[in-house]
Amino acid sequence: MSASATDPHHLGHHGGNMKDDDAPGRGEGGPAPQRIVTSYGFWIFLLSDIVMFSGFFAAHAVLAGETAGGPSGRELFEMPRVVQETALLLMSSFTCALGAVATERRSMAWAQGWLLVTGLLGFAFLMLEVAEFTTMIEHGAGPGRSAFLSSFFALVGCHGLHVGVGLLWLGTMMAQLWVKGFRDDILRRLSCFNLFWHALDIVWVGIFTLVYLLGSGL
Amino acid sequence: MLGKLNWGAIPIDQPIPLIAAGAIGLILAGVLAWITRAGHWPYLWREWITSVDHKRIGVMYVLLGLVMLIRGFVDAIMMRTQQAAAIGGAQGYLPPEHYDQLFSAHGTIMIFFGAMPFIIGLMNFVVPLQLGVRDVAFPTLNSVSFWLTAAGALLVNASLVIGEFARTGWLPYAPLSETGYSPGVGVDYYLWAIQISGVGTLMSGVNLVTTILKLRAPGMSYLRMPMFCWTALGSNMLIVAAFPILTATLAMLTLDRYLGFHFFTNEAGGNPMMFMNLIWAWGHPEVYILVLPAFGIFSETFSTFSSKPLFGYRSMVLATLFIVVVSFTVWLHHFFTMGAGGDVNAAFGIATSVIAVGTGVKVFNWLFTMYGGRVRFATPMLWSIAFMLVFVVGGMTGVLLAVPPADFLLHNSMFLVAHFHNVIVGGVVFGAFAGLTYWFPKAFGFRLDERWGQIAFWLSITGFVIVFGAMYVLGLEGMTRRLQHIDNVEWAPGIYVAGGGMVFMLLGVVAQVTQLVVSIRNRDALRDETGDPWDGRSLEWSTASPPPSFNFAVLPDVHGEEAYWTVKERARKEQSLGDAPQYEAVHMPRNSATGFVTAFFATLTGFALVWHIWWLVAVSLVGAYATFVAFAWRDEGEVEIAADTVAAADRARRTARQAWLDRQEGAA
Amino acid sequence: MQARAITATAMRAATVAALLAPLAGCAAGVLDPVGPVGHGERTILFNALAIMLAIVIPTMIATIAFAWWFRAGNTRARYRPDFVYSGQIELLVWSVPLLTILFLGGVIWTGSHELDPARPLTSRARPLEVQVVALDWKWLFIYPEQRIASVNRLVIPVGVPVHFTISSASVLNTFFVPRLGSQIYAMNGMRSQLNLQADKPGTYWGQSAHYSGDGFSDMNFRAFAVPVAQFGQWTAAAAGRGPVLDAATYRQFARQSQEVAPFTFRAVEPGLFDAVVARRLPPAPGPERGRGGTGVSPGDAG
Repeated sequence: MSASATDPHHLGHHGGNMKDDDAPGRGEGGPAPQRIVTSYGFWIFLLSDIVMFSGFFAAHAVLAGETAGGPSGRELFEMPRVVQETALLLMSSFTCALGAVATERRSMAWAQGWLLVTGLLGFAFLMLEVAEFTTMIEHGAGPGRSAFLSSFFALVGCHGLHVGVGLLWLGTMMAQLWVKGFRDDILRRLSCFNLFWHALDIVWVGIFTLVYLLGSGL
Repeated sequence: MLGKLNWGAIPIDQPIPLIAAGAIGLILAGVLAWITRAGHWPYLWREWITSVDHKRIGVMYVLLGLVMLIRGFVDAIMMRTQQAAAIGGAQGYLPPEHYDQLFSAHGTIMIFFGAMPFIIGLMNFVVPLQLGVRDVAFPTLNSVSFWLTAAGALLVNASLVIGEFARTGWLPYAPLSETGYSPGVGVDYYLWAIQISGVGTLMSGVNLVTTILKLRAPGMSYLRMPMFCWTALGSNMLIVAAFPILTATLAMLTLDRYLGFHFFTNEAGGNPMMFMNLIWAWGHPEVYILVLPAFGIFSETFSTFSSKPLFGYRSMVLATLFIVVVSFTVWLHHFFTMGAGGDVNAAFGIATSVIAVGTGVKVFNWLFTMYGGRVRFATPMLWSIAFMLVFVVGGMTGVLLAVPPADFLLHNSMFLVAHFHNVIVGGVVFGAFAGLTYWFPKAFGFRLDERWGQIAFWLSITGFVIVFGAMYVLGLEGMTRRLQHIDNVEWAPGIYVAGGGMVFMLLGVVAQVTQLVVSIRNRDALRDETGDPWDGRSLEWSTASPPPSFNFAVLPDVHGEEAYWTVKERARKEQSLGDAPQYEAVHMPRNSATGFVTAFFATLTGFALVWHIWWLVAVSLVGAYATFVAFAWRDEGEVEIAADTVAAADRARRTARQAWLDRQEGAA
Repeated sequence: MQARAITATAMRAATVAALLAPLAGCAAGVLDPVGPVGHGERTILFNALAIMLAIVIPTMIATIAFAWWFRAGNTRARYRPDFVYSGQIELLVWSVPLLTILFLGGVIWTGSHELDPARPLTSRARPLEVQVVALDWKWLFIYPEQRIASVNRLVIPVGVPVHFTISSASVLNTFFVPRLGSQIYAMNGMRSQLNLQADKPGTYWGQSAHYSGDGFSDMNFRAFAVPVAQFGQWTAAAAGRGPVLDAATYRQFARQSQEVAPFTFRAVEPGLFDAVVARRLPPAPGPERGRGGTGVSPGDAG
C-alpha cells in the first residue's frame, strides 16, 4: 500500500518502515531505544527536581527580609568561602564530564580516576558547607533564629543534601562499574549521574547569585 | 527506644475508631488466613506483588483506589450523620477531636488515596495498550511508585488506632498545623504519608510522560494518539510540574514542626500566607491532574458508544493543553478573602473563568460526538451522559466562585463543598466508574453485569443530586463547612435532606459491590472472547482480553487516527484478517521485589519519623538503600518469551477474531 | 442511651424535613441581604448566574436531546459516522465560551473593584470603627472610640457604615455575617479591612467561616443592628460595667476556651489592637498537648 493511501490527511506517516530511525520522537519509527528513553525520563525527573528547588527559592525570596531582629545575610555570609565552594563544585562538574569522555573511550582507569576526583571535590564542597552551617549555628544564627535563616538553611541544605545523595550514588556507580564493567545498563546510569551532577551545578549557580550575592549586598 | 510511642497512643477512650479498626483488622486477618489456607501466597507474590507488568500494577492501583473510596465514604456517612444529630444544642456522637480527624481524613483519603490511585491505575493499564507498546518506560519504577502509594495509604489508616490523624483539614493550613496549635502526631502522619505517596506519584508521572513521548507503536504520531493518551500526557506533565511544589511545601512545614524552623509560624517572621500560596500552586493543578484523565475517558466512551470518531479531535487536544497551561495561573482564587485588593482578585478571577473556555470546548465536542451517532446506553455511557449534565452545573458554580464578590459570600461555605464535590464526584469519580466498566472486560476477560451497573448508576446519581443539591442550598443560607455541631437551627432541613440523600449513595455503593460479586460469579456467561466487547476504536481492543503479558504479539503498525477502527474497517472490506504476521521472541522485564521491599522500608521510615524513633529511621533508610543496590546489581533484567509461545497466544485471538468476521459476514 | 438519642434525632429530623423541605432556600442567608454590600454581591451573583445559565441550560437540553434522538434503536435518526469535523461548529465551540467569559470578565473586573472589602462605603455618616480579634474560640469586638469591647456579640447602629479592622490572636479565621455580605480572613500579624452596613434593624447570624480547631463550631456570634440612639445607650451602659481590658486581661482571655457567653469589657487599653497586630502581645498559645505528642520535637527546646 502506498504512503498516500494510508495517510489521506498527510500526517507524515511513512508506513512504519523506520524502525531503525534514531530519532523517533514523532512516533514514526516505534518505541525509542532504551538509551534515549532512560536519559529522557531522567531529564524529566531533573525538571521536577528543579521545580522543587524553585519552591525553596520562592520561599527564600519571600522571607529574605524577615530577619526578626537577627543577623542578615550581609553580616553572615563569608564570600571567600562561598567562592571556594563554587569553584570546587564547578571543577567537579568538569571532572565529571572528563569521566564521561573516559567512559566513551572505555578506559576503566581514567573513568574511575575522574569519578574519584569528582567525588573528592564534591566531598570537599560538602565539608565547606557543613563548616559554614556549624559556624552560623554556633553564633546563634541557626535556622530557628528567623524566617530568613529558616529559608536559607532549607534551600542551601536541600542542595547540600542532593550533593550528599549524589556522592552516595557516585560511590555505588564506581563500585558497579568496577564489578560489572562497561555494560549497557551501567552506561545508562552513568549518563544519568552526569546529568544529575551538572543539574546540581546549575542549581548552585542560582543559589550563589540569588542567595549569596544578592543577600550579601542587601 | 520507641520515641514518643507508648500505650497512650491507642485511643481506648474512643470506642468508634477502636471498633472500626477491630472490624478492619478482623476482615484483613480473615483474608490473610484464607490466602494462606488456599495456598495463594506464591501466586500472589509471583504474579502480583513482584509484578512489573503495567496491567497488573494498574489493576492494583484501581483496587487500592476502590478500597480507599469506601473508607472515605464511611467517613462521609459519619460526617453527615454527625451533623444531622448535632443541631441546636445537641452534640451528636462524635466529639470535636474525633470529628475533626474525620473530615481531614475524608479529604486526604479521597484525593490522595482514592481518586489519585484510581486515575493513575487506569492510565497505567490503558496508556501502553492504547499506544500499542508492551510496557511503560520504567517497569520496575512503576512497581516502586505503586507500592509507595500503598505505603502512604497504610500510614494514614494506621493513624486510626495508633495515635491520631491530622485535625487540620485535608490541607494543613498553617499556623493551625504548626506544633504550637497541633502538638499531636496527626499532622506528622499526614506529612509523611503524603510525602511517601507523593514520591510514588511523581515517579509515576515521570514514567508515563516518558512512555507517551518516547514509546509509541510505529506510525503512532502525536496527532494519532487516542484522546485518553493526550489527557494522560497533560495530567502527567502537571504531576511532574506541580507535585514537587507540594513536596517542597510539606518539607517546609515538616522542618517547622521537627526542627523549629519558621517558614509558616506566627513567630520570628514566618509567613502563614505563604503556605496558602504554595499549597494552592500545587492544589489547583492537582484538580486538573485528576479531571483531565477523566475527560479522556469520556472522550473514549462518547466516541465508542456513539459509534463515531471523537468530534473535533484537534480542538480537543488544543483545549487539553490550554487547560494544562492555564491551571498554573489561577491558584489565588482559593483565597480571594485574604483581601489582596481589587486588581489582584479580578486578575485571578478572570484567569479562572478563562479555564472554563477549555472545558466548554470539550463539552461541546462531546455533544457533537453524539450528533449523528448511534448511541448505545451501556453503563459507561450512562455515567458519561450524567457527567455532562452535572458537570456543566459544577463548572457554572465554579465560575460563580471565581467571581470575587460572589466568593465573598460563598467562600468556605457548604456551597463550596457542593461545588467541588459536584466536579470531583461528577467529573473524576463518574469518569473513573465509566472507565472501570469500560475497561474491566479488557483487564479480566469478562464484562461487568449490566443490570447491576445500571441500578448502581441510578441510585448513585439520585443520591448525588439530593446530597449536593441540599448542600448548595445550605451554602446560600450561609452555612459554613467543617462544623462539628450546628447552633443555627435554620439549617436543619438542608442537613436532613443531605443526610437522606446519603442513603441513596450508600445503596449505590452496595449495588456497585454487588455488581462486582454477581459479575465474578457469572463470569463464564459474561466472557469476552474477541477482545473487543464494545466495538472499540483504539489499540487496546485489538489484543486479547485479558491481554498476554507482552500485550501485542507483534507491535501494531498504525494507520490513521483511530488505529484499531482502521484495521477493522479494512478487515470488513477485504473479508479477511490479513496474513498471520511473523512472530519473534519477545523480551519482557523480569519481576522484581524492589517496589514492595522499598515500600516496606518507606512505611517503617514514615512510622518511625512520626513517633521520633530515630534508630528505626536510620535502619529503614539503610534498608531502602540496600534494596536499590541489590536491584542495581542484578545481571539479568529481562526474560525471553519464545516465538512459539507468542504465536500460540496470538493464534487463539485470531481464531476468535475470524469467528467475529464470519458473523459480520453472515449479518451483512 | 446514645442510640436512643440518635433515633429521636432521626425522627425529629424526618418530621422537620417533611415540613420544611419545600421551604429550603427560604431560610435567611446570603440571598436575603440587609445591607448595601450584601445587595451588591447578590446582584453580581445573580448576573453571573444568568449569563452562564444562558448557555448551560441549552447545553443540558441538547445533551439529552442528542443522546435520545441518536439512540441506536432510532431508525429515523441519520447515522453519520464521518461527521467528525466542521469548521463552523469549531468556531462556535470556541467562540461561545470565549464570549461568555469575556462578558463575565467585565463583571468580575468591575465587581472586584466596586465591592473590594477595603473600599469605604459612600455615606454621609461618619463610619463607626470596630476592631475585631479572632481568638481560640471566641470573637472580641473592640470599639476604640467608645473604649469598650464586646465578646461574641456585635452591636452596630443601623444605617451607619462600619469600618472593621480584623486580625487574629492565633490561627486563621474568617469574619462573616452572611446577611451583611463580604467575609474576610482574620490573620495573625495582619490587618484586614472590611466595610459593611446594616440597613434594617435585626439580629443576624455571624460566624467564623474558616475552620480553626476543636472549638470552631462554637465560634459564632449574633450581630445586633440597632437604631443609633439605642446603640448610644448600649455603649454608655457597657462603659460603666464589666471587667477592664488591659494587656494582662487580654493574655488571660486569649487562652483557648469555647462557648463563652457574651459579655462586655470596659476601659479598653488604648492601642491594644495595634499591640496584637504588631505581636507586642505575642500570639496566643495553643493546646497543652495532643494525643501521642507532648511536643518533644528536637526543635522545641529553644
